[in-house]
Amino acid sequence: MNLETLSAADIARKVRAKELSARDVAKSFLDRAHGWDKTIKAFLSFNDDAALAQADAVDRAVSAGRDPGPLAGVPVAVKDNLCVTGTKTTCASKILENFTANYDATVIEKLRAAGAVFIGKTNLDEFAMGSSTENSAFFTTRNPWDVSRVPGGSSGGSAAAVAARLAPLALGSDTGGSIRQPAALCGVVGLKPTYGRVSRFGLVAFASSLDQIGPFSTTVADAALLLQVLAGHDPKDSTSARVPVPDFSAALGRGVQGLRVGLPKEYFIDGMDPEVSRAVRQAVTTLESLGATVKEVSLPHTDAGLSVYYVIAPSEASANLARFDGVRYGYRSPRATSLLEQYEFSRDEGFGPEVKRRIMLGTYALSSGYYDAYYLKAQKVRTLIKQDFDRAFESVDVIATPTAPTAAFKAGEKSDDPLQMYLSDVFTISCNLAGLPGLSMPCGFTSNGLPIGLQLLGKPFDEETVFAAASAYEKATPWNRIPSQPA
Amino acid sequence: MSLSEKDVNHVARLARLALTDAERSKYLGQLGRILEHIQVLSKYDTAQVAPTTHVIPLSNVWREDVARPFADTASILANAPDHEEIYFKVKKVIE
Repeated sequence: MNLETLSAADIARKVRAKELSARDVAKSFLDRAHGWDKTIKAFLSFNDDAALAQADAVDRAVSAGRDPGPLAGVPVAVKDNLCVTGTKTTCASKILENFTANYDATVIEKLRAAGAVFIGKTNLDEFAMGSSTENSAFFTTRNPWDVSRVPGGSSGGSAAAVAARLAPLALGSDTGGSIRQPAALCGVVGLKPTYGRVSRFGLVAFASSLDQIGPFSTTVADAALLLQVLAGHDPKDSTSARVPVPDFSAALGRGVQGLRVGLPKEYFIDGMDPEVSRAVRQAVTTLESLGATVKEVSLPHTDAGLSVYYVIAPSEASANLARFDGVRYGYRSPRATSLLEQYEFSRDEGFGPEVKRRIMLGTYALSSGYYDAYYLKAQKVRTLIKQDFDRAFESVDVIATPTAPTAAFKAGEKSDDPLQMYLSDVFTISCNLAGLPGLSMPCGFTSNGLPIGLQLLGKPFDEETVFAAASAYEKATPWNRIPSQPA
Repeated sequence: MSLSEKDVNHVARLARLALTDAERSKYLGQLGRILEHIQVLSKYDTAQVAPTTHVIPLSNVWREDVARPFADTASILANAPDHEEIYFKVKKVIE
């Protein structure tokens, strides 16, 4: 059965209406994944048995006249930094290679209750630190549009899986662009919700003041459908916000008549791929033709974003990753003869080069004598960045930018130069620093046939307006395409 | 602010990372270049600016201190590199 052209909403509707069995859906996607994933390598592990058992439970519910939920029988691929009971949760790190989660992340609990089926765990840059999945300790995921290229990162496995329709939905996490940048490079929809919109409980923490879990999908409506399930306050995450969760799907048909779209001049920089810049400007013209008004805005502290991020994120990471000490879980070095050696050898042997680089950077920024110059300074400039957005959102409703400065780059092209790699996040980082919702969706293809991403940023807790703009643009354009699977 | 070999050694110890000599010299160069890039922050006047630690207003969340037993202790111990009965086991701390 070929179900890959169906959206998650289609699948759930058909399963609820008994037109499709959840078991057939799960088998269809697992079969497709087991074939094409040999080349793409989006998955670190598959959960066939557990997935089929979940699907059977959905089918039993339907037979018994019970509603299995809004994601009835929808296969979901889960980034491997989220805890799913009984599955390996490795963060693509040697240090967690043998760690089996013994509880569910809150988002996983919610997805179970909504009838979703977990088909596997997806590859990422180790501990979500990277922009290409090349920092995975296990292997690099390939871009389904061109397997010599990276899928972006850090949620590259989830993005590639959805792009190739190995799963109609996936979960990612986004600390500085880790959902939106791979969504752009793979030609799918990816959303980082407002900070606090979704519980982080059960997500292995990278940078706690920046991390958010969010959806990957093939349509804007599916992103809204999945966010509806994920969103809401959770007593287990004290940073999840006590704000009402609106009906996101209801916003999809609002249209853009009178919508004010801001175009930040600082986001169209030298060195940017002209094809990307052209496609994004064309997308804005399309929104204008649909009834939106477009206005140039200024975000004057944009050029500080990368530096602020590369102080704050590694600082928080160095504290969060202190828990990996070889005592309660994870890798322990067999060479150690003392407790100190156990810590130092286990961490050196267990973490990969990028993770160690960031731990070093963060530890330095937090260390005595440098704290004020780096960490505190970065937090202050973070305030200036947030104020830029507050000011811009006084006169516009959404801000449109490129998601990434280029389309997918070649594997190996940037892996030896951390600073070059960091620059691929230059347009996505500020959104995390300011805590805004940001969505990436395809807005065209390069002459090489690679997808280009449009980023739409909204006011805090106003995902609805972002969805409304994205949905109107999607309906007016032909960019929701499926890469062809080589014979 | 340039980074010295001594800094790298000091930070590695603070971070509990037993870096190899090759790693130390690699990180010395790479971290130096990243810190140089980060210098862009110094051009912003932040004398009157409050730091942002979190973007949403947060206050302490209180709850009753009630123990809730976790049913599956065995699954916790199964993830431990070494344990004895219900205790995690590490190298001897005190001689």
